[in-house]
Amino acid sequence: MLQNHAPTISSLHPVSLIINGEKREIEVAPWTSLLDLLRGPLSLTGTKKGCDHGQCGACTVLIDGERMNSCLKLAITLDGAEITTIEGLGKPGSLSAMQQAFVDHDAFQCGYCTPGQICSAVGLLKEGHAHSREEIRELMSGNLCRCGAYVNIADAIEDVMAQQAKEPQA
Amino acid sequence: MNRFSYLKAGNIGEAVSALASDPAAQIIAGGTNLVDLMKYNVTKPSLVVDINGLPLRGIETLDDGGFRIGALVSNSQIAYNKEIEEHCPMLASAILAGASPQLRNAATTGGNLLQRTRCYYFYDPSTPCNKREPGSGCSAIGGVNRIHAILGASDSCIATHPSDMCVALAALDAVVEVQGPDGARDIAFADFHRLPGDAPERDNTLASGEMVTAVRVPANGFGENHTYLKLRDRLSYAFALVSVAAGIEIEDGTIRRVSVAMGGVAHKPWRNQQAEQALVGQPVDGANFEAFAGALLSGAKGQGHNDFKIPLARKTVLRALAQAVAGTPQIQAEKAIR
Repeated sequence: MLQNHAPTISSLHPVSLIINGEKREIEVAPWTSLLDLLRGPLSLTGTKKGCDHGQCGACTVLIDGERMNSCLKLAITLDGAEITTIEGLGKPGSLSAMQQAFVDHDAFQCGYCTPGQICSAVGLLKEGHAHSREEIRELMSGNLCRCGAYVNIADAIEDVMAQQAKEPQA
Repeated sequence: MNRFSYLKAGNIGEAVSALASDPAAQIIAGGTNLVDLMKYNVTKPSLVVDINGLPLRGIETLDDGGFRIGALVSNSQIAYNKEIEEHCPMLASAILAGASPQLRNAATTGGNLLQRTRCYYFYDPSTPCNKREPGSGCSAIGGVNRIHAILGASDSCIATHPSDMCVALAALDAVVEVQGPDGARDIAFADFHRLPGDAPERDNTLASGEMVTAVRVPANGFGENHTYLKLRDRLSYAFALVSVAAGIEIEDGTIRRVSVAMGGVAHKPWRNQQAEQALVGQPVDGANFEAFAGALLSGAKGQGHNDFKIPLARKTVLRALAQAVAGTPQIQAEKAIR
């Protein structure tokens, strides 16, 4: 069966992605995950590889504005998509509100899960389904923190949620 | 992950003929289960057919008040759809009980139906598994089987179907729309997933080359009295040990219609429509529900580590029916048993 498709099996496929606002024309093998594409050829190593199986959330990025596990996305299936990684949210000196809140609330220890936590939290706020601390906790359950910074992570997100309630553009 | 070729399907016909011409081809939609299985070398497709470009992303309200949900609609889109929340809230509740927000954003309707079991041995290619490697044996029988089936299992497989959404769809009498080389057909939800028997490698009744295009949910989806109760090892982001989708219509204390499906207990969502019929016309009372739970669990058989699931399932059915009758709040965070 394999030989029927042999001409394409080793070939790279062109994919067009908008990554952190910049249009990129890239060639990918069909089996390259978005996570491996970001961390390898694109050198965007802010996005972390934890379990590589969609269980830990460390690789969370925003795809067309929605948080997803980049380890479970084949890059080739994302042609035309807009990707936002932690690097696209803010930079040292001009942190986004969520990044700043994580700093202010000491919402990490080792920091490995933090980019995924922050991208997930930004997605959560955009979705608008969390209205209480309990709901924040439930809707952040896809991001594990082995250091156990959960209390401060929830504090940081609650803080930004409160800021946004006062000023919708925050 | 094995090397494979890739085809972006431009229309349903192209996807179906690619599937039909290559038994080792696999469809990719959200990828949340397929990519995971490929990373473990459990699934090794020769060809991956990408259907993400197909126009299967709509939720339509049908003339009779039901819904048609396209195969590519994400789990989140269903769960937060206002019409679905109002008319079949049990479906939204079940979806929100499953996976994580990231996974629900990516995972599709068709993919949810077609997800594979979470049996540890199925996921471990170094062990025998009849579902992964027909004829190799079942490691779960006599092995570690805490999460395995108590109903409808066979000597070749005791795996369970992992979906939450499908448990609600079973209770709602949904219909699966499929398309294949011989055209389109409907499959009643109860007939879509199958019991393992001596062919556990087949999870469902799709014929070769067929793909799911939509799921229809009928009107009258228990808008008032319903629940999806899921018991698991932690309150969020874990597969069900036992779950129950229950809907009930009550008039003057008498049961007019009732539907109960169990998840986490069998190779497919588990119902007993005869026992449901026996409840119709009866008063809402504990003794009737006890008898119903007994009938629903008749023939239940433990495998050792999962023996606890039999009493757990009985109590979950009773609690779910009590919640449905009471119209208990359906927010997931409020379902903790404290």
